[in-house]
Amino acid sequence: MANPILSLFGHSPIKPLQNHMQTVLQCVELLVPFFQAVIKEDWNAVEKTYNAIAKFESHADDQKQDIRLHLPKSLFMPINRSDLIQLLSKQDKICNTAKDIAGLMLGRKQIVPKKIAVDMTAYVKSAVAVAIEAKVVIDELDELIGSGFGGREIDRINRCITKLEKAEDKNDKRQISLRSKLHEIETSFPPVDAMFMYKTIEAIGHLADHAQSAGEQIQVIIAR
Amino acid sequence: MEVLNEYGQILLILAIIFGVFMAWGVGANDVANAMGTSVGSGAITLKQAIIIAMIFEFAGAYLAGGEVTATIRKGIIDPLTLQGTPEYLVYGMLSALLAAGTWLLIASIVGWPVSTTHSIVGAIVGFAAVAISVDAVNWSKVSTIAASWVVSPVLAGTVSYMLFKSVQRLILDTEHPFENAKKYVPFYMFMVGFMITMVTLIKGLKHVFKDIGLSLNYFEMSLVAAAAGLLVALIGGAMLTRVKRNQAIESEDRFANVEKVFAVLMVFTACAMAFAHGSNDVANAVGPMAAAIATIKSGAVTAKSSMPAWILLVGGVGIVVGLVTYGYKVMATIGTKITELTPSRGFAATLGASATVVLASGIGLPISTTHTLVGAVLGVGLARGLAAINLRIVATIFTSWVITLPAGAILSIIFFYIFKAIFS
Repeated sequence: MANPILSLFGHSPIKPLQNHMQTVLQCVELLVPFFQAVIKEDWNAVEKTYNAIAKFESHADDQKQDIRLHLPKSLFMPINRSDLIQLLSKQDKICNTAKDIAGLMLGRKQIVPKKIAVDMTAYVKSAVAVAIEAKVVIDELDELIGSGFGGREIDRINRCITKLEKAEDKNDKRQISLRSKLHEIETSFPPVDAMFMYKTIEAIGHLADHAQSAGEQIQVIIAR
Repeated sequence: MEVLNEYGQILLILAIIFGVFMAWGVGANDVANAMGTSVGSGAITLKQAIIIAMIFEFAGAYLAGGEVTATIRKGIIDPLTLQGTPEYLVYGMLSALLAAGTWLLIASIVGWPVSTTHSIVGAIVGFAAVAISVDAVNWSKVSTIAASWVVSPVLAGTVSYMLFKSVQRLILDTEHPFENAKKYVPFYMFMVGFMITMVTLIKGLKHVFKDIGLSLNYFEMSLVAAAAGLLVALIGGAMLTRVKRNQAIESEDRFANVEKVFAVLMVFTACAMAFAHGSNDVANAVGPMAAAIATIKSGAVTAKSSMPAWILLVGGVGIVVGLVTYGYKVMATIGTKITELTPSRGFAATLGASATVVLASGIGLPISTTHTLVGAVLGVGLARGLAAINLRIVATIFTSWVITLPAGAILSIIFFYIFKAIFS
């Protein structure tokens, strides 16, 4: 029976969106054990972790599609619909990048030079940290609606975004130093390997960029 | 005249049966809409909702339902045009009840969200305009009613919008929302108590006061209403002291404890909603029934007949029976499926809607409680209070207007001719 009161309430996309980000983060966090396995050159573990990453990534894809299907144009939301869809695709890009990075490493059985192993681990961790901060911002979305877009909640989100930007900044600095360290030793191994090493570093930087961009999308949402 | 003498008894019984049938329908379907949001927000349980609905629907119907009943009974049709043929009024009112009841039944089976108010008004206008004469309809009154169907959701939306904005300003967007909630929520409780008492004093107890030789002016009434509001706020305040802040649940949702405070408030707004609904919608069943009964008893169409209180009582009982036998199921469905509505929003929507409905009851305008509530929820949505509202419902409601009015009218015209063929 089509009850007018019942059909009035649409399904809020906020919780599913946050769940999607949760999956994205679970996927991205696996990059840390993944790189540990790569550094140890334990290719069995590398493959296993890659499969786990791919599984989360595909789960995130399913969630993404499900959210999009349940966002009809007739839904009246306090948040612009296209802003939300953009946020979703930005979130999705984070784990897509994670899967690309892992896929590339596994496919080439890429070896991380011992001399930059420590820096590499720290760099990956700092990229994951950006994704964690992005999730903190996105987790504020339901509180933002809960408070009815209150000024205090907006301040709070802005503080979270500042933290997110700091994390990204840290990741940037690590990227620069890691690249210069790689530059010092790049002639000691095959040029193709060196090239792909640079590519990996760059891709990890992109991952952090995507995470920052997803978190900052909340600012766009607030500023409507 | 002879018709009424000859078949008076049968017609009287038919009027009561159809009236109770209609009241049952109102209780079975409409009450659930009015109370569903309160159950859905988790503020009250289904059992509590049924108890509140039973008491306050009845109180609203009995204490403040007279004015709308009068409109349905003698406001839509110009009684003077029917003076020569009082039996036509009886047939017509019976047809209207049967038509609206049948139409509601069909619509519920098919799944259209139609309004009882619109069905009954459409049915009365239909038989009067077509089966009697176009002049029999009091068109200026009908156009006022039609206008109120547009105005009421808009007004309810505006009130709810402002209520929720005030909640944002005073409570949600502050340093200590929980403490502020405890501080300001009693004011909203006062508003609920004041509003209900005021309408009851102005409309409901008028006759009681006249009988005991008491007359209050507006100032005295507002003093009494203020005292009642204060009493409600005190009771509510006492209930609030039992709400303790639980830090543990705040890690998940910072407003969880604030919502617990609003849940107490929602108990009061749910009462207001049930009262408002009773005061307006009982008339849909009772109005035509009363018109038919009064005409049968006096044998003539009189503009100034007073209505026996037992008829309102029958309507109130009918609503409660409808609620207990079927309405609770609908209420349970609505209640469990609305999960997005938290008490802080639910209260704003229900209070906005009930204030509008009670106001309409006071001026004697039959409006749709459901549509008013939809308007109120949209108002909260416009205040950026709700995550997702399905706007398609607005189109659905509009379509149901376009279908319901002619459908009620056509059915009642058919029934009218059938009654005429049987009895005259």
